[in-house]
Amino acid sequence: MSDYALEVRGIVKDFPGTRALDRVDLTLKKGEILALVGENGAGKSTLMNVIDGVHLPDEGQIFIDGNEVNIRNPLDAQKYGIGFVHQEIALCQHVSVAENVFMSELNSTDRKFINYRDLYRRAKKALAPLGDIDPRKKVSELSISNQQIVEIAKALSLNCKILILDEPTAALTESETDALFNIMEELKKKGISMIYISHRMAEIFSQCDRVSILRDGEYCGSLNVDETNSREVVTRMVGREISNLYPAKFDGNCIEQDELLRVEDFSDSKRFTDISFTLHEGEILGLSGLIGAGRSEIVKAVCGLFPKKKGDVYFRGEKLDIHHYEDAINNGIVYLSEDRKVEGVFLDMSIQRNISVLDLKAVSVNGIVNINKEKGLAEEYSKKLNVKCSTLSQNVSSLSGGNQQKVLISKLLSIKPKVVIMDEPTRGIDVGAKSEIHKLLRNLTHEGIGVIMISSELPELIGMSDRVLVMHEGESCGIISGDDINEKKIIHMASGLEKVGA
Amino acid sequence: MIENIKTGKNGFIDLFNKFRNFREGTLILIIVAVCVLMSFLSPYFMTWANWKAIFLSFSTEGIVVVGMTVMLVLGGIDLSVGAVMCLAMCIGGKLFLLGVNPWLASLIALAICAGIGYIQGLLVTKVGLVHFITTLAFMGIARGACFVITQGTPLSLFTLPQSFKFIGQGTIGPLPFVIIIFLVIVIVSDYMLRNSTVLRKVFYSGSNEKAAVFSGIRVSRVKIGVSVLCCTLSGLAGIIYMSRFGASTPGFGVGLEMTAISAAVIGGASLTGGEGTVFGSILGAALLSIITSSLILLDVSVYWQDLIKGCILLFAVSVDHIQHMRRQAG
Repeated sequence: MSDYALEVRGIVKDFPGTRALDRVDLTLKKGEILALVGENGAGKSTLMNVIDGVHLPDEGQIFIDGNEVNIRNPLDAQKYGIGFVHQEIALCQHVSVAENVFMSELNSTDRKFINYRDLYRRAKKALAPLGDIDPRKKVSELSISNQQIVEIAKALSLNCKILILDEPTAALTESETDALFNIMEELKKKGISMIYISHRMAEIFSQCDRVSILRDGEYCGSLNVDETNSREVVTRMVGREISNLYPAKFDGNCIEQDELLRVEDFSDSKRFTDISFTLHEGEILGLSGLIGAGRSEIVKAVCGLFPKKKGDVYFRGEKLDIHHYEDAINNGIVYLSEDRKVEGVFLDMSIQRNISVLDLKAVSVNGIVNINKEKGLAEEYSKKLNVKCSTLSQNVSSLSGGNQQKVLISKLLSIKPKVVIMDEPTRGIDVGAKSEIHKLLRNLTHEGIGVIMISSELPELIGMSDRVLVMHEGESCGIISGDDINEKKIIHMASGLEKVGA
Repeated sequence: MIENIKTGKNGFIDLFNKFRNFREGTLILIIVAVCVLMSFLSPYFMTWANWKAIFLSFSTEGIVVVGMTVMLVLGGIDLSVGAVMCLAMCIGGKLFLLGVNPWLASLIALAICAGIGYIQGLLVTKVGLVHFITTLAFMGIARGACFVITQGTPLSLFTLPQSFKFIGQGTIGPLPFVIIIFLVIVIVSDYMLRNSTVLRKVFYSGSNEKAAVFSGIRVSRVKIGVSVLCCTLSGLAGIIYMSRFGASTPGFGVGLEMTAISAAVIGGASLTGGEGTVFGSILGAALLSIITSSLILLDVSVYWQDLIKGCILLFAVSVDHIQHMRRQAG
């Protein structure tokens, strides 16, 4: 018998144009919780998908209990006792909890009819150790955290020996997170080995036994949690010292600068209540909070993209009347959505048409779009942002994620905005483009532009922001600045444990 | 950055390939091929009388196709075009028989069609219904209204003044006036759809509705506007038919929505929105008309016509879809 529940040797996975995994090794001891960390795009998901049989590796071997196995699809993975709790909830929203828990069993059974009584009874038994959830309820009626628990129950119902948890706490509150950790402890006692993917250093150091690090598709070693610290892990993750990762912050006190934007008492019926903040010239204001805290909703409401019940916006002391995003754009306030594919680019349209969309009037004469003007505008900004393309008339769908993001930012800058609001500006783009965007954001502030940045990646938020507004369940927990901007403080506040100021 | 088009001894072949890659180019080639083939098969095909008949048959429908094209670019669909067209014809005719000046009667009919478009737009944007269901319901409502207004029998309008009949029956030189109206509408709308700021917003909304919202485009307004445009153009076609036939027939225009959608799709419009040109759609309509006319000249039973048109549509859509998949893969 081997000491390892799972062993991965020399996995190589190529995607068109990139090598996602380059000879990656990974070992998972029996009954341990192994943290897997790496930046976005480092290959964590690809590696997990290889283990789960979603992707087939181009090279390399996988051993389970010391025996080499060939995992060709998720069903094989199930047979070998691998359970996977995905980051995004992958449940059928419109059917009962019980049917979701036993989905794969129902899928493979030979019986023609479903014995619901038995199904509900067994589902109740499976869910009992995890939490109090009625197996007859529809999944869509459950909270996100309970849905996550259903996901875990579903994975466990297959008698898995190895459980992969992909950022399970991203959408959870602190108490729900604690509950999940208790469950993990229980599972660990039963001898189940877990791979735990997370960006949160604090969780890794409190819950995991070892941590394995991936960077740009390469394996960068494993460390025992007892023998390392978060600084070392992060340094290995990004491959350089963190201190020179981000451009220098605002020199001096940004609150003394002229006020650009003031938001007062913004409330809607449920997503955010009484949010107030100011934004100054040359400042980057970070906006932090767990998913669902109302970060995106509040800035969308400021831009007229989300309904609000009450609240006022002032621009340089003058009250603005924003009913529609168009009004915000006309006042020089622009917003970059977090969802690039759905709410950002027009994939089937050319780069130049994507850039000119915000202010068509600027490139039109008498209601007719002037192609030369449109091209000129696109040329100016795509050059400024260093968009890599062969012509401006090629469709945006042919660009990489990072370049699509640059096209979107070109579009925002093309109207010469005064306030730039960016929701997850570097999500899902490679490290190079990421640091380019960071530099660009800081350069914008040198021109007197105010930037509001939402980011779920704490290192990014901490590295970039001059001040940070932290939100918890729709309420403001205060604004912190200077040395107060650190991981511990922000997580504390975002979990609703601490409030700062009045 | 921008590659120069290669010139030289391959210039002609490159030009040909470029022409072929261009959707309208392919269609023109097919139309020319059909015409050459037909001119051998039938001595009547290449006569002025035949071409005039072909042009007349698709020019009025072509106005409906223009509206449908814009609707498809938006990512919507309008199943009510045929019924709304007929409704304009019936309202105009009925009002005229009640003693209203025919020009005024036509204007009222057009206004009612525009109103129907506005209501459709509101139902789509404010209530959140999809175009398909909304316009399917209006197809029934408008068609029903035609029968109610006319009590099921065609209205004879032979007393229409000569000046009004000129719209549908007059000629300027050798050209029927209808064809001139049609050409003006097609040329103007093709130019506007390609270049105007307002109609560019239709492309954005159709290509990615959410992204359009997040670019400050008031998508609701765009949708209402397109519904109004589509219904108004259908109404205009109805008025032209009323003038041309001197009658209001409550069962007229059944199935026109299918012809219009087929023409636009053959011409390169995508049912998922964001793609389409007026010129392409009109070529699609022309191809369908030429094939219909050819089948008649070849003495093919009329029963075969819909079957053959259906096959052509399937072929066009399949080719389009396969090209799309390839582009996405590449």
